[in-house]
This record gives sequence, structure tokens and C-alpha cells, in this order.
Amino acid sequence: MNFSYPEFLVKVSENCIKCRRCIKECSFGVFSWDGEKIKINHEKCVACHRCAACCPASAITILKYPVSFKENHLWTEEILRDIKKQADTGGKILTGCGNDKPYPVLWDKMLIDACQVTNPSIDPLREPMELRTYLGKKPEKLEFWHDKSGEIKLTTVMEPQIKLETPVIFAGMSYGAVSLNVHLILARAAKELGTIMNTGEGGLPQELLPYKDHIVVQIASGRFGVNLEYLNSCAAIEIKIGQGAKPGIGGHLPGEKVTEEISRTRMIPAGTDAISPAPHHDIYSIEDLRQLIYAIKEATRYRKPVGVKIAAVHNVAAIASGVVRAGADIITIDGFRGGTGASPKVIRDHAGLPIEIALARVDEQLRKEGIRHLASIVASGGIRSSADVLKAIALGADAVAIGTAALIALGCHLCQKCYTGLCAWGITTQKPELTRRLNVEEGALRVTNLVKAWNLEIKEILGALGINSIESLRGNRERLRGIDLDEVYLDVLGIKPAGR
Amino acid sequence: MKIDARGMHYRELNERIHDAVLKGIKEIDIVNVLGQRYIGTGIGEKVTINVYGTPGSDLGAFMDGPVINVFGSCQDVIGNTMNNGKIVVHKDAGNVVGLSMRGGKIFIKGSVGYRTGIHIKAYKDQCPVIVIGGKAGDFLGEYMAGGILVVLGIFGREKDPIVGRFIATGMHGGTIYIRGSINKSHVAHDVSIEEIDENDLSALKNIIQEFCDAFGITDPNSILSHQFLKLRPKSHRPYGQMYAY
Repeated sequence: MNFSYPEFLVKVSENCIKCRRCIKECSFGVFSWDGEKIKINHEKCVACHRCAACCPASAITILKYPVSFKENHLWTEEILRDIKKQADTGGKILTGCGNDKPYPVLWDKMLIDACQVTNPSIDPLREPMELRTYLGKKPEKLEFWHDKSGEIKLTTVMEPQIKLETPVIFAGMSYGAVSLNVHLILARAAKELGTIMNTGEGGLPQELLPYKDHIVVQIASGRFGVNLEYLNSCAAIEIKIGQGAKPGIGGHLPGEKVTEEISRTRMIPAGTDAISPAPHHDIYSIEDLRQLIYAIKEATRYRKPVGVKIAAVHNVAAIASGVVRAGADIITIDGFRGGTGASPKVIRDHAGLPIEIALARVDEQLRKEGIRHLASIVASGGIRSSADVLKAIALGADAVAIGTAALIALGCHLCQKCYTGLCAWGITTQKPELTRRLNVEEGALRVTNLVKAWNLEIKEILGALGINSIESLRGNRERLRGIDLDEVYLDVLGIKPAGR
Repeated sequence: MKIDARGMHYRELNERIHDAVLKGIKEIDIVNVLGQRYIGTGIGEKVTINVYGTPGSDLGAFMDGPVINVFGSCQDVIGNTMNNGKIVVHKDAGNVVGLSMRGGKIFIKGSVGYRTGIHIKAYKDQCPVIVIGGKAGDFLGEYMAGGILVVLGIFGREKDPIVGRFIATGMHGGTIYIRGSINKSHVAHDVSIEEIDENDLSALKNIIQEFCDAFGITDPNSILSHQFLKLRPKSHRPYGQMYAY
């Protein structure tokens, strides 16, 4: 007996021209040919829409399976399905992408101000708008001297900075979780846009070396692919402590995904599990974190900023303060809606904090302690639009990182099956017949387009706010108002209610 | 070349070492070392660094080639994520020796603290080797993915067990050799405990010979003639069965 019904119903209409392209396109094995017509195995459908998008006759429709579970607000369909799956397998339920549960999305409860009459707005078509952003430790004050010719020169020695032409950077996604083509696309787009991409913890594929000035390399608990060449082939180095989609836990890239190529960049034998322990075993305290930050600074002779990425958790403000005091030049806070290639669902859906809350608390705490200038803040985890970027910067972020949004630009339909390695869009897979579905040039153009469009919108909003530089918006919560939020939320976010 | 490190901040000391290496100096003696961190960290050249005194943590982190001789004891995390080279410690070392190292050798004459050889891994012709002449603390070889870990138990405090508790948890590659007996209840259940065979013995012979040479021990056979146990993972996929797809 089968305890579970299919999740989706795939229909092929009479418009079908029997070209059988759907059979080729579906990597999950839904379609087959019985000699006369297309046969369908509904159970295998994950609703990634690859078949429907590719069908030349527009003959394919995907619906929710019509056997509806008896409505029950406690025992929802998702809960029933999960219980049955666990009774079948005895395993932890895996999932991909970010938390999809109906927690409040606070971005949608914040409104941006605009100028009228008393404070004139600026027309971004006519006047320069500055989106340039520098990530890195800033000095407490600047000192100058006049040289013989009377020219003003900077006396203060600046710490290394990353120069960005947009406050949008790409989030860490490892080669292994995503395909090499995705890495190449993000690297190319980063170079074109004047921003950075992040290798995640899977090492640096050799093909990315030409883009090294636009790459942040990650050091995570597995230390995969970390050697001197890695540390010196980048714009900055990031110590990954945690990730929003799975705060507090490690990760396993299963052996079957460790192909020859993956094995080369991770520097482990092909076919073995790549295990990232939950903590770094040389970091059990803030003091230990400082030790690793400075080990990296020593190894790179203080020429590159060192960042630390943490997941947004309940005590994030105090942790962030410790991270900054430990010497991090950049701190990335990843909210619980951040994506993942694979995470136990129970962690993804129930642990952590929304980035909006974490960001507001961290910025406030660092300011209160007078150490906000010591590190740049990058906010990530569910940034969907230029409005989210603007609101994040007004809440205190220096820049935001996007992962899921960039992948959606490449074709991702959020079917959440990244962990199967079967991604029909060629994004989270290593199968050559699937990865070649992503054209590097076209993909780079699409991602570049997305960020360029956001840049235009950001400039538009800055103009409406009467601000000509993104820096002037940073931490400027006076330009945000909360709507439909209670006093506690307003207090935590540090914003006034709409109408005040 | 000789550097007197008395009262010197680690940053200055390491700048001087880096500068010397850049100038092509092949052997550096550092005297009066007291707690300076990161000695030899990030050096990719084949140089010899002789450390007299007690260096601080992260000695030889990320290093790729040097030989570091420490005439004294070390603090924590020596050889962190090291790729190649050799670290020889003439007394004891602290916690987390050789974390995630991928190649090279670490020889410690005395004992070590907790978490030795965590997550060391082998790759192609690289096979990291750690030999402890004395005793090792808890969590030896946790998450070990490759390489060779040897604990001899010759030196160190007599009352201490040769290895502490929680041995080889999550081990999925490589080999641990222990000279003497261990409490089996302290070994992870997915790790097998075996007698050594001829192949093991010939591998051990080379390693022990090099260890003895490093410390002027004249009779390697007296070490080898003792009973050795071999710990190996039963599976290269210890966590393969935990998920529902």
C-alpha cells in the first residue's frame, strides 16, 4: 500500500505534438514513451516547470494533485506527508532553498519615506547618484597633512577595503551545491557589475582564477580546498561560522556528489563524503575566532579584509559584537530565509531569526558600543527586490548578499529539490547533461541585468528620498516607518509607526 | 640568520621571518620565543625555522613547505590546515594539533592535549602524518578523513591512558595506530579495531625511523616490537543513511 499520494498532477493536453522533448527535459523521470503517447508518473513530479517551459506546443499543465487531504489546521497536508515519509524511511527530511513557512515578512511591513515640497527630491536622470560602497574596517577618524605644494594628503593608514559599485553582492554558494557554470556566471556578473561573488566552502575552481579580484573565498569548518593559493586568489576571505538556512549545524556533501571535478577543488578523494563539522574545531570561543582571523591575516600579510558569516540567531547582537571585537572586517548576518543546497527541514523551518530583526539589533548594538565603524555589515537571507535592499541599508546594512534571487534569474523555480542533484535547470547539479543547460554568457547577462535593474530602482528611490549617495541612507531609520506592527516589533526594529 | 624574539610582538617577529624568506634566507633561528603566535604561518617556501622557547598558538598554520623545529613545548592548533612541510616539537603540544591538515608531517616527542588530528584528510599523493611520542587527550582523530595518526605512549605521565575518551568519532578515512591497548568503549562504534599486518608494519617502520631520527632515538626496533592496534572506519559514508529524500 502507498501511504502518500503524488503532490502534483501533470497533464498533457491534446495539443501534444509527440515530440517527446519533455522526456528529455525532465531529470526527475516523470515522462516516458509507451510507443504511442507520453506516459506520466505523477509521483516523481516536483513542479520545477522545466517541461512546461520547454514544451513547444504549450501542452503541459502542472496542478496540485486533486486528492485533497481532509482539511485540518493542526494536521496539515505537509505534516501528514512528512510523517508518512519518515515512517517509510526512518530518516531526517532533507530540503533545499530557504524557509517557506508563513512567518511574518517584515520587509513588507516597512514603508520608505519620500520628499514633497519642503525637502526637494533629486532627479537621478539629471544628477549623479552614488552607489559605491566600501567593505572593510573604517578608521575612527581621518587625519591629513599638507605637502609642500599645499596638496592635502591622507595621514591615516587605511585597512584593506573591497570597492563595490553596487551595494548588492552574491552570497556564498559552493561548487558542489551549484554547478561550475553557476560559479562562472556569478563571477562574470560580479566583474561586469563591479561587485563580488563568494565561493562558499567548496574550494575555488581553477576556471575562476581570472576573476579573483571579484571573489571572496570561504573558510568553513571542513577547510575544503583551503591552501595558500586559495587564500591569495581573492578579494577577501570569509570565515563561515553559520548559515541562515541551518544555524548551528554542519553539512554533508554526500560521496556520490563528490565527482572528479568536485574532488579537485575540495582536495579530497572522489566518492568520499565531504563532512563539514557543526563547529570549527579550532573555534570554541570569541578568543579562538580572533586567533583564526589573525592567522588568516598573517597568512595573507594583512593585505585582505577578513569577514565572518554567522546565522541570525536569538542572541545575534551580542555574538556580532564579539565577532567585531575579534577583528572581523566584515560581518555577514544570514537570516533564516536564506537558501541552502541541503538542510534538514526541521532546522530550516524552525531555527533562527528573520534578517530584518537580526540586522536592526546588530546595527543598534554595534553603534551603542561605539564599534560600528570597525566592521561592515552585510545582510542576507531572503532579499527579493531593490526595495528589500533599500530597507536593509536603512536598517543599518552596508551591503546585501543575494543567492536565491540570482538563481531565480537563472531559471530556478524554487522546487526545493536542490539536495537531489537532479536540478532540471542545471543549477544545483553536477550531471553534465544538465549543467550544460545553463549557458554561461546568457546567464551572466541575466544576472547582470537583474542587479542593473535594481541599481536603477535604488537610484530612483534615493532620488525620491532626496539623497544622492547610498552612504547617507545607511542606518537612517528615520526614513522608514512600520505598518501593521506592534510596539515590540517597532522597538526591536528601531523605527516609528506610520503616521508618526 | 638569528632573530632575538624577546619582548617582540608576534606581528613584528613574523614580518621579519617573511622578509627573511623573501630575501632567500634558508635557515632562521629564533631565540627567546615566549608565546608569539603564528610563527611560520602562511609560508610557502622550503625553509628551516628553528624555534627556541615556547611559541604561541597557530604555529605553521596554512604552511606549505617549511620545516619548523621547536626546541620546547607548543601551544594550541599547530599545523592548522597545513598543506606540506614538517613540524618537530621536542617537548609537548596543546590542543587541536594538525587540525584539517592535508599534507606534511608533525612529530611531537611528548604528549598532546584534546582534539588531535581532527578532520585530517589525504588527497592524491598528499598523506598527512602525525606522530605523538607520549599520550593524547580526548577526541583523537575526530572526523578523520585520511592520513595517518600514530600514538606511541612512550613518554608522558605514567598515570595517563595512552589515549583519552571519544576516539575517532565520525572517522571516515585514514588510519590510526596506537602502540598499546585502549579501552574499546571509548572508540566510536563505526570504527574497527584490528591487529596490524605486514603492510602496516612496513608503513610504521618508515614513520618510526623518521620520528627517531628527529629526536635522536637510537633504537627504533624497541618501539616497533611492541603491540600496535589499528583503527579504521567501517564506512567511508558514516552519515549516508540518516536522510529521507
